[in-house]
Amino acid sequence: MARLSEANVRLALEIIGRYPRPRSALIPVLHIAQAQDGYVSSDAMRHVAELVGTTPSEVLSTCSFYEMFKRSRPGAYQLNICRGISCFLRGADDLIERATERLGIPLGGTAPHCPVSLEAVECVAACTEAPCAQVNYRYFGPLGASELDELIDGLEAGRLAELPPHGVLSTVLQSPSPDRLAGPSMPEDSGPPAWWERRQERETGKEAG
Amino acid sequence: MARFERRKPTPAEGLEDLIVTSRRHSPDGHTLEGYLRSGGYEAIRLALGRSPADVIAEVKAASLLGRGGAGFPAGVKWGFCPPGVWPRYLVVNGDESEPGTYKDRLLMETDPHQLLEGCLIAAYAVGASQCFLYVRGEMALAQERLATALNEAYAAGFVGRDICGSDFCLDIVLHPGAGAYIVGEETALIESLEGKRGMPRLKPPYFPAAIGLYGLPTIVNNVETLSNLPFIVTHGAEAFAARGAPPSAGTRVFAVSGHVRNPGVFEVPFGVTTFREIIYDDRYAGGMMGEAPLKAFIPGGASAPWFFPEHLDLPLDKAKVDAAGSMLGSGAIVVMDETTDIPRACHNLVRFFARESCGKCTPCREGTTWLEQVLERILAGRGSRSDLDMLADICENISPGLRWPPRMTTICPLGPSAVSPISSALERFRSEFEARIPVRKTLAVKAAALR
Amino acid sequence: MTVVESPAVRLTVDGRAITAAPGQLLIAACEQAGVYIPHFCYHPRMRSVGMCRMCLVEVDTGRGPALQPSCMLPVSEGMVVETASDAAARAQDGVLEFLLLNHPLDCPVCDKGGECPLQDQTMAYGPGESRFTEEKRHFAKPIPISDLILLDRERCILCDRCTRFADEVAGEPLIGFQDRGSHTQVNTFPEAPFDSYFSGNTVQICPVGALTARPYRFKARPWDISETISTYPNAMGDRVSVHASRNQILRLQGVDSEAVNHGWLSDRDRFSFEAVHSPNRLREPMLRDESSGEMQAVSWSSALSLAAAAIREAVDAHGASSVAILGGAGLCAEDQYAWVKLVKGIVGTDNVDARMGDGLWADLLCALPRASVADACHPGGAVLLISGDLREEFGTLYLRLRHALLNDDVALVELTPLETSLSSLASVSLRARPGDTALLTEAMLSPQRGESVAGVPTKALAAVASMLKRRPLTVLLGRTSLAESPAAVERAAILLARKFPQARFLPLLRRGGTVGALDVGMAPGLLPGRVTLASASDWYRSAWGAAPEARGLGTEEVLQAAAAGKIKTLVLLGADPVVDFPYSRLASEGLSAVSTLISVDLFNTASVRRADIVLPAAGFGEREGTHVNVEGRATAVTAQVTPPGVARRDWQIAAELARLLGGDLGISSPRDAWEELARLSPLHSGASWEALRTDLDGVLLQAPPPADGEPLRPEALRLADLEPPEAAVVPFDGYSFRLVADRTVYDGGTVVGNCPSLAAKARPGRLRLNVADYERLGVGGDGAVVVTSSAGSLVATAKPDDRVPPAVAALAQNTAGGDPRLLLSPGDAVCEVRIEAASLT
Ligand SMILES: Cc1cc2nc3c(=O)[nH]c(=O)nc-3n(C[C@H](O)[C@H](O)[C@H](O)COP(=O)(O)O)c2cc1C
Ligand code: SF4
Ligand code: FES
Repeated sequence: MARLSEANVRLALEIIGRYPRPRSALIPVLHIAQAQDGYVSSDAMRHVAELVGTTPSEVLSTCSFYEMFKRSRPGAYQLNICRGISCFLRGADDLIERATERLGIPLGGTAPHCPVSLEAVECVAACTEAPCAQVNYRYFGPLGASELDELIDGLEAGRLAELPPHGVLSTVLQSPSPDRLAGPSMPEDSGPPAWWERRQERETGKEAG
Repeated sequence: MARFERRKPTPAEGLEDLIVTSRRHSPDGHTLEGYLRSGGYEAIRLALGRSPADVIAEVKAASLLGRGGAGFPAGVKWGFCPPGVWPRYLVVNGDESEPGTYKDRLLMETDPHQLLEGCLIAAYAVGASQCFLYVRGEMALAQERLATALNEAYAAGFVGRDICGSDFCLDIVLHPGAGAYIVGEETALIESLEGKRGMPRLKPPYFPAAIGLYGLPTIVNNVETLSNLPFIVTHGAEAFAARGAPPSAGTRVFAVSGHVRNPGVFEVPFGVTTFREIIYDDRYAGGMMGEAPLKAFIPGGASAPWFFPEHLDLPLDKAKVDAAGSMLGSGAIVVMDETTDIPRACHNLVRFFARESCGKCTPCREGTTWLEQVLERILAGRGSRSDLDMLADICENISPGLRWPPRMTTICPLGPSAVSPISSALERFRSEFEARIPVRKTLAVKAAALR
Repeated sequence: MTVVESPAVRLTVDGRAITAAPGQLLIAACEQAGVYIPHFCYHPRMRSVGMCRMCLVEVDTGRGPALQPSCMLPVSEGMVVETASDAAARAQDGVLEFLLLNHPLDCPVCDKGGECPLQDQTMAYGPGESRFTEEKRHFAKPIPISDLILLDRERCILCDRCTRFADEVAGEPLIGFQDRGSHTQVNTFPEAPFDSYFSGNTVQICPVGALTARPYRFKARPWDISETISTYPNAMGDRVSVHASRNQILRLQGVDSEAVNHGWLSDRDRFSFEAVHSPNRLREPMLRDESSGEMQAVSWSSALSLAAAAIREAVDAHGASSVAILGGAGLCAEDQYAWVKLVKGIVGTDNVDARMGDGLWADLLCALPRASVADACHPGGAVLLISGDLREEFGTLYLRLRHALLNDDVALVELTPLETSLSSLASVSLRARPGDTALLTEAMLSPQRGESVAGVPTKALAAVASMLKRRPLTVLLGRTSLAESPAAVERAAILLARKFPQARFLPLLRRGGTVGALDVGMAPGLLPGRVTLASASDWYRSAWGAAPEARGLGTEEVLQAAAAGKIKTLVLLGADPVVDFPYSRLASEGLSAVSTLISVDLFNTASVRRADIVLPAAGFGEREGTHVNVEGRATAVTAQVTPPGVARRDWQIAAELARLLGGDLGISSPRDAWEELARLSPLHSGASWEALRTDLDGVLLQAPPPADGEPLRPEALRLADLEPPEAAVVPFDGYSFRLVADRTVYDGGTVVGNCPSLAAKARPGRLRLNVADYERLGVGGDGAVVVTSSAGSLVATAKPDDRVPPAVAALAQNTAGGDPRLLLSPGDAVCEVRIEAASLT
């Protein structure tokens, strides 16, 4: 519903400043919007378009390509059960069925009285811990029926308070001190980096000498 | 609670043999302190003392094959940057999303500094002036570890300007993805990094080394590929090659999952260990999960054509696996035992590709979805006998000739990848599909014909 | 290293040796060699994306045959290509089957049915029947994506053509792909419609019936339609294909002329065919009843004899100079010639002007070395823009220049009072305050001391100067604003031409055929062929029998003379000075004071409503002839439908009047007129009637050097004969605002007003002010302001606009938002205005 807060605009501008082209920061900035509201609202997309210098249509075009961006508000916990081949072989389908029953919602749904949204997702790169799941992109697994129940109980009871809210990915942000930054490398700078040139000179000097 | 624990090292994982996962079980291996304690950031100092051309030569000599899937030698790829075209970029492919694959996440979470040092070495060798570290969006912990490592490394003078007191400068930008398998394909990764939909570009002409990010020379390397560089620079190409069977040199990290007793991630000498060993040996996956014997296995991620018991004695060697008609791909071995419902497994894989198609090429966008629909119908008992031939025919239209490596009517290999499980499964287990097809229908048609 | 002209590439296609240009795409090379490769996403005017995969062919470059998209593959030496081998055919069949899976089979009710590439290719290459038994993909049926365009996503085959057009060609990425894989759809951002001046092009290039335009939907079936190539009578002379059925024009499509519009059209022009069949068209001659003042329909013979009588009486009683003819810019060259011959050769007056006081010095335009659009877009060149916003006024030129700026290393320097739609692509934008164009040009051409000149930093001027030295120069020369004397621009042009003798000029006069009209002598002091009365009157006198004795009056002088009672009979040729002439009061006074006002027109305009005799004329689509665009390019205009009622073609009216005046034009068809013109005017001599009808790009008019033994022809105007006009420099006082009276596409003009689809898009103009100025003025919530100049005042609604520099106020002409002409007075170099927030009492 909202545009980015002032603090988030500052953060977005800092991130945009790292890239040679503002548009490159589109996905990271959309993550900021999603971290703020739990989803990416139309207002946020309009605001992001202004920030990276493109049209809302282009922002939506990119945003809608990627699975993680939600365009309506999910529950506080996004429970993603993996159904990739390795999890499938170790019972993911049963797990998914159990989760829909336990939560009383279909895949893609959000339970009315509980803070959980449920999805079956493709391989989340935890195949050796199959079958597994992610809650707000934190891993849980391997999950048998009882572990799943325990997990859902925990979510419903709010016992997983240490999980950051949906939309927050890394809780640590890259924040180099400005005096350590080399600065973005602009496509217009048509020459090699300064250090490279010096080294080439040294090399040719060595050969000659 | 089930937040999982990583398995303790097995005797086989003797630390002295490991290259990229040596700090995996060290509690502070992911911190700067832990990394420095075990010789971290020595390699970049060594590299900076040599010329970029020297470093490339060393990596070429090491025969470091790309670990992202295609297995192309890294040193050779670096040499493809057209001379005189600047700036150049380095892009790290940490989008790991191929079903069954789980190694890059492990490396990013447990040894982020090793990857950063690899980036420094690669950037130095090719003359890249900025590096983007594209990490799969869903990997929050990996992002956290890398962000922390970057903050430490910047503060300690290992990344940024005047690296290690030299004049070498490199910013590394941590860039989270947002959930799209296709973005792992290098040209799609570049599109995504330009803030666009992750739709691949056609190669040629868009080989990243020549026309990449912003149309400029760009080296895209996999996380594991880069993580090998500190070792190669410190210990030399020979020591690296000695760990494997060149040209499958060094070690490779494989994730073995599915119906095995000890699913796990194992770093083994490349080209030496056999499938039988990694699947059955107690030092590794420890054999089948239950009583049922092995029925089939995928040797290199969901895209790879399947192998069967007769392939077990092949070594994990690029050339030999290629010659046998499949690939080591992304280092994902998925084991299926006799209880496996093959049509369902096949459907599972095809659904993945249909869902992950970027939608650019007609055959992939429409064809994979059609394959999925037909398989779904067969699974629901509404298939007909002609459906099986039709499946093969649709596959032909996506990947003419049904061979590996695939011929393609598409831009990238994703569409043709959906063909692998179907042609593997239909060839070997056709009867399992036939068993799903109701007989009645056929009879009814015959009866109608008789009338 | 010496640059070697790269030789042609040799390759084999289907067993036949062909040659192609280096770098040419295989699909284009094949097409050129007569081998058609089916395709959907490939479009020769846009970047290839290789999405549809329909154009797969087998290519062998020495490593064995492989399937390759021919739309992405440049030709290479020795390439062996099979376009119809088993593998290629199978791939094409396969792609078609895939495309049809989800495509609704609603061809019978689809607007595209009968002209659909998907349908055609299915017949030619397709599998015949569908094996697809699953449920097709469903989307809500056509959704409006703008006022003009509807989108049926079920029919869409995701070829990326419309979306690429919006992004790449128009630079307005307002439609795009959304979602992924088989869920991909084209759509707009919610509540952000595809409002583009160029949206109709997407309908034209959609290879299926997914995009449709309201003005055409369900009007006809393609097989009922007859199609003819013609020219849209705008300044660019866009080539169009006119689709008509049962004496109705149903649709215009852009034709891909390399020299002109590359297939594109602006919506304003594309949908303007609605005006052709407007119920408001004049259908029969009319006469004002002396007593009641009402108009009454009369026969052509009585209307024409009264008109002839009015002319004859004026000439007899007051001399030929008491007759004047204004307008004619909208006519075909043949009609223009017929009228020029009538007026200058038979009536004997030189009071003729096709410009409405909003043009530039006619002699100058004839004398300046003329540029083509290709010159302006030539790789490595520089373009100096002295005009309004191209996007608002010259749609397809805007698209072509935009493409060149983005792709062909053309450098743009703007010398404009306001930011334009091309500013973001300009190398340098010099914001010239109204009236300062000449001053800044002079400053640009000679080194400057000090920080700035007329508010422009000297550094920027120096940057421009050095760029213009390095690159071949094309000047786009037009009026930046009506509220500024043209002298500043004219002076700038002469200075530039003298400094850069190689520079070429493209005169940007907005009204369709104005520049072509000047070429046939439709201005005082000129005769056909860019020659002066002084140098050519003997030549034409011997051809026509008579020619004016002395230079006549231009539009402003005619209206002044009329107001002073010196013009007795005034003929308006499709001209509406009440609305178009910069000084509305003078226009009104002039028209009221003449004894007989004769209007030849299509619509009942404000000026027509004052006429004594009204003669209905044929318009676009109803007349045959030749259009000459701003480059001086002649292209064919063809007739598809008959004029409404008894309306006649302009040349016929002229010929008839000539007869009634006792003369003979000797013209009984447009072809007669063109051939006579080509015989008499060296400029027109290179363009034969036949050549104009066969060459899509028409003929660029150029006088050939005189051949030996040929009679001495009149010499064309030379720049050396012209002196730069003095341009008064008005000191900038810092208290008042300078007014810019500019243009907008959807204004209150006759054409827009008579096209229902376009009229809905017209918006009242706003007084645009720099944000800081706007805030400083303390304008209230309703934006009401009073604008006052020495000539008058008006009430307008103000709005902040970043594209307007400080101390400048911009108001578009001819909209419902206030008439800036009320503020102008003749002879003023600039128009200074005071602006006050209107009190809300
Ligand atoms: C559909 C598809 C998905 C891919 N996904 C990944 C991936 O997730 N990670 C990766 O490193 N490479 C992936 N690749 C391979 C990359 O395109 C590229 O070859 C690789 O990143 C190069 O790095 P390397 O030379 O170090 O292996 C994928 C390729 C395809 C065709
Ligand atoms: S093959 Fe599929 S995923 Fe690859 S580019 Fe084509 S549509 Fe996209
Ligand atoms: S025309 Fe070549 S892929 Fe579409």
